[in-house]
Amino acid sequence: MPFIDPDVAERVERLELPFNRYGLDHYGIDKGYLRGFFSFLTFISQRWLTVNAYGVEHVPTQGRAMIVGNHSGGVALDGAMILASLMNDMEPPRLGQGMAEKFLNRTPFASTILSRVGQFTGLPEHAVRLLEDDRLLMVFPEGARGTAKLYKERNSLVRFGTGFMRLALQTGTPIVPTAFIGGGEAIPTIMNLYRLGKLVGAPYVPVTPWFVALPRPTHCQIYYSEPMVFDGDGSEEDDVIQSWVDQVKDRIATLIEFGVENRRSGDYSRPVPTSAGTDAA
Amino acid sequence: MRVLVTGVAGRIGRIVARRLLFEGHEVVGIDRRPWPDAPKGLDMHNVDIRKRPAENVFRSGKLDAVVHMATVTHFTSRREERNRINLDGTRRIFEYSAKYGVRDVVFVGRHTYYGAAVDSPLYHTETEPPMAVATFPELADLVAADLFAGAALWRYPEMNTVVLRTVYTLGPSRHGTLASFLRGPLVPAIPGFDPLFHFIHEEDAAKAICLAVHHELRGVYNVSGPQPVPLSTLIDVTGRRRMPLPEPILPRLLGRMGLPKLPPGAMAHLKYPIVIDGSRFAEETGFEPDYDESQTMEAFRWA
Repeated sequence: MPFIDPDVAERVERLELPFNRYGLDHYGIDKGYLRGFFSFLTFISQRWLTVNAYGVEHVPTQGRAMIVGNHSGGVALDGAMILASLMNDMEPPRLGQGMAEKFLNRTPFASTILSRVGQFTGLPEHAVRLLEDDRLLMVFPEGARGTAKLYKERNSLVRFGTGFMRLALQTGTPIVPTAFIGGGEAIPTIMNLYRLGKLVGAPYVPVTPWFVALPRPTHCQIYYSEPMVFDGDGSEEDDVIQSWVDQVKDRIATLIEFGVENRRSGDYSRPVPTSAGTDAA
Repeated sequence: MRVLVTGVAGRIGRIVARRLLFEGHEVVGIDRRPWPDAPKGLDMHNVDIRKRPAENVFRSGKLDAVVHMATVTHFTSRREERNRINLDGTRRIFEYSAKYGVRDVVFVGRHTYYGAAVDSPLYHTETEPPMAVATFPELADLVAADLFAGAALWRYPEMNTVVLRTVYTLGPSRHGTLASFLRGPLVPAIPGFDPLFHFIHEEDAAKAICLAVHHELRGVYNVSGPQPVPLSTLIDVTGRRRMPLPEPILPRLLGRMGLPKLPPGAMAHLKYPIVIDGSRFAEETGFEPDYDESQTMEAFRWA
């Protein structure tokens, strides 16, 4: 690895995962890869973008939990920054495990790196297994529709899939509604090339004013709200599930509104809202 | 108990036979191959499971249980031969077992049944269909034998049929699919991919098979070993060198320069993992491997 952040290396040592003598857990998550990957993410998060997280005390320090967040544009920069935050802002640090797009597992090197840092292909089997193993799952119910948001749509929410809610109910997992603000400014997408995407095997290729979807230095914020627990077993009718999904979506919309307001005023001292609606602020 | 082991002269067959004898069972063995220093108590028959003399072993044997491990892979046999042994052979074993009143039949299958693909999950469970048929045609006969063996559960309901899907075996015998792949000093790999490999020490595999005989299980069970490791770790710890070759030229170099010979379908196994969940078998039999992943790799390396 080109450079290892000593603070990150120390945090990786403190992860509560069952590593064997080769520094591998039973999913093939590798301490060496974690050190390199999180050193890089921490550099992006702290030096390049400057990301601040609020309400991290709402994320359970142990046991299964599901971080459910919004996508805000370009590529899954929000996911990467939330992973860095869970590693750097939590005490003890936790490894968030996202659900990666399938095409990444087909891509050389990306396939190996993501496998070794616990970011597995987004399959329900993986989600259930990780949650039953009391891991911290990170889910973006907007999926590729969410990362495809253009600059002007950056603080909006598109349709939420409902799979995450059934998985949470089935495994008795608390949902931590999470908002990421600033991704749309860091990677302002002016258009998405779907045909080129098809050629390279990706859902689409985002284009920014500087052509490539690399982030410019931007202040970003992450807001974690209080965990939401729903009483069910995942076998409920679609409209019941949909109403609970809407509750999560509303809470995230509130967080985004709160975050956008904070950005405008420059005052980040208010407590993170723990219920839907603007009055909670 | 009187137990027949088919394929008894194979590496795992020998260990299974010795274990069963040690446990006080009467053991009958069938294999085309000789086993010169077979243990004294073993009632050895040098016959082909597809030929008439094999039926005589059943007829006169008064067998309580059969462990069927006389299946072959692409490393040892050509396609037609494989079809005959794996499919016709398995069919005969089940027919004879039903005809001559065998109570328990254990079919020893392979975890490669599940196949390696970009969207296959880690830790396959027994309910998943065989993806291997699509990705790896050379495994089709083994997949068919596995499914055929499973069909004995309804075809011969009076018989306790167990289908075991075991991970690769590795150990001092240096025989087997994974051992053949790791035989030379150089092991091929595809740059940018480093799949997990799941394996079990051959002694533990034999132990699991014996447990399946004792517990009179019915159904399909994954038999997993210690935790899987990436191919690169497997290569390092077994003292081999990783030979990264781009995917387009790799098939042309296999079988040359000391590299193992692999069929085209095996490319997927160099990119994506096949890892199985053996918790059902462990729960029902109390099985736990005695050798961890490190001891298993070292046992193979220093044999």
